Amino acid sequence: MRRLRALEPLAWIGPAVVLIAVVVLWPVVEMIRSSFLEISRVGVVRGWNGFDNYDKLFAEKDFADIMVRSVVWVVAVVVLTVVISLALAQLFNQRFPGRKVARWALIAPWAASVLMTAIVFRWMLDPEVGVINQIRLRLGLIDALGGASADQLGDASTAMPWLVFVAVFVSVPFTTYALLAGLATIPGDVYEAAKMDGASRPRTYWSITLPLLRPALTVAVLINMMNVFNSFPIIWAMTHGQPGYSTATSTIFMFILKSSDIGESAAMSVVNFGMVLVITAVFLKISRWNRAVA
Amino acid sequence: MAVETAPKAPARPARRRPAPVGHRAMPRLKTTVTAAVAYVVAFIFLFPYLVMLLTSLRPQETLRDATILPTQWEWANLVNFWSSGLAGNLVVTLQVAAGSTVLVLLVALPAAYYSARHNFRGRTFFLILVLITQMFQPTAMLVGIYREFSQLGLVDSIWSLILVNGGFNLAFAVWILNAYFSSIPRELEEAAFIDGNGRFGALFRITLPLAMPGVITALIFTFIAAWNEFVVALTLTTTPENQPLTVALNSFIGQYQVDWQNLFAGSVIATIPVIILFALIERKVVGGLTAGSIK
Repeated sequence: MRRLRALEPLAWIGPAVVLIAVVVLWPVVEMIRSSFLEISRVGVVRGWNGFDNYDKLFAEKDFADIMVRSVVWVVAVVVLTVVISLALAQLFNQRFPGRKVARWALIAPWAASVLMTAIVFRWMLDPEVGVINQIRLRLGLIDALGGASADQLGDASTAMPWLVFVAVFVSVPFTTYALLAGLATIPGDVYEAAKMDGASRPRTYWSITLPLLRPALTVAVLINMMNVFNSFPIIWAMTHGQPGYSTATSTIFMFILKSSDIGESAAMSVVNFGMVLVITAVFLKISRWNRAVA
Repeated sequence: MAVETAPKAPARPARRRPAPVGHRAMPRLKTTVTAAVAYVVAFIFLFPYLVMLLTSLRPQETLRDATILPTQWEWANLVNFWSSGLAGNLVVTLQVAAGSTVLVLLVALPAAYYSARHNFRGRTFFLILVLITQMFQPTAMLVGIYREFSQLGLVDSIWSLILVNGGFNLAFAVWILNAYFSSIPRELEEAAFIDGNGRFGALFRITLPLAMPGVITALIFTFIAAWNEFVVALTLTTTPENQPLTVALNSFIGQYQVDWQNLFAGSVIATIPVIILFALIERKVVGGLTAGSIK
């Protein structure tokens, strides 16, 4: 009987643990194992090969560029997202007629599939008929549709900014909502006090709003870092990482390698995963720190 | 401890403090300007989806005309979609999303309930495990997922997609349900128990109905996440008929002479319901995703 009692939690929690183990933990183990295996193109394991996959990966001539680009990608998207979201959170925190409807519109890119958003942007950037190019033509930014200057996604120097733009576009809604939730927790009397002290509006924002927003901001930044680091559909749908690997991040590179050398692709994943783990550790640490302060 | 950080009742957002009144002289003007800017921002964020809708209503032969607005309207595109090959892919999407949602509810409900109500050995471990998996994304371990499901012989099967989508959305569901269950007073359940409802009777009659907002949030969130999922399906499905709509649409865009209007009709049908559903749960999702940081 007592033994049965001890098994009780297992009945309730067990299925969840099994699902996590099968879907989340097993792939991690399998991925790490694969990174030390020589695997043929069709998936036959030829045996252990030590660090050969890693050596091959680090020797790829595009590897350094891709890693630098991945870091730039994450930093650029997250910084722009946070700055824009801070502004939008202030805007949507004001009272005005139709605020609810305006806020709803902001949900769209968050709810919609990122892939579909990326496909529409690719369509809007179509060199011949894309609406963005039609607008640019009317504004006199390009001479004609269909030319090289209209083909924004054909060259890394113009494609990269557009990719960043779309990534920011889909990240801003969640971030803005998280910051709005944070703003709602700041008690009004804090502002009263600041006003009594004669603090200016920018001064109040800088020394009261921002510090009080810090918990919300921290979590939003970390969640965005994870999402952007693992972001795949935007680049995949819009440029495939081309021309060459000039718009590929490490996540895209990992996917491309998967069809030529699974072992090397696994090594790339492990490198990515290491970076993800670091971010998770920071997240855990900060959410704990948060509690300690409160 | 990390465990204490999170499951907190998702506090209903307090009434917003009144916006600080600026210069009294011209509150009207300020409100007008604020509203105007906000509407422009709202329009920008809706713009791609409007383009999606407008494109889906163009007659096929005018799709590559360089006009911003369609010159003719073809509402039949949205109907014809159902007889195109893509309709089958939409059915796959629906099956995957529904299957994952059922799986998550079956697995997350008992786990969240038990870990909210009972203190047992391994509870801390369990909640940390959930917290960690919430930070994991399938993209990061795609190779592992692919290798695992190849070994299991489940590549190109709908079950693998249901399992993976279920597994990766489990954390959010456990998290938000745990918060809801914790916020329901134990006494309510005990009272019902004493009234002769039995343990499960009390659970189903009292606790579950009270936790319904959390259940619905978890349900819609999982459904949408699975509905929108792309990269795992791209990796695990090979035959076109077995691919969810996202993967099928993606293979569309590589080609040149295709029925683009079907692509956009498909996007519209797959996107608009999801945006409306999501609007219903948005507040609770924010609370769930940032639990522990925003109090």
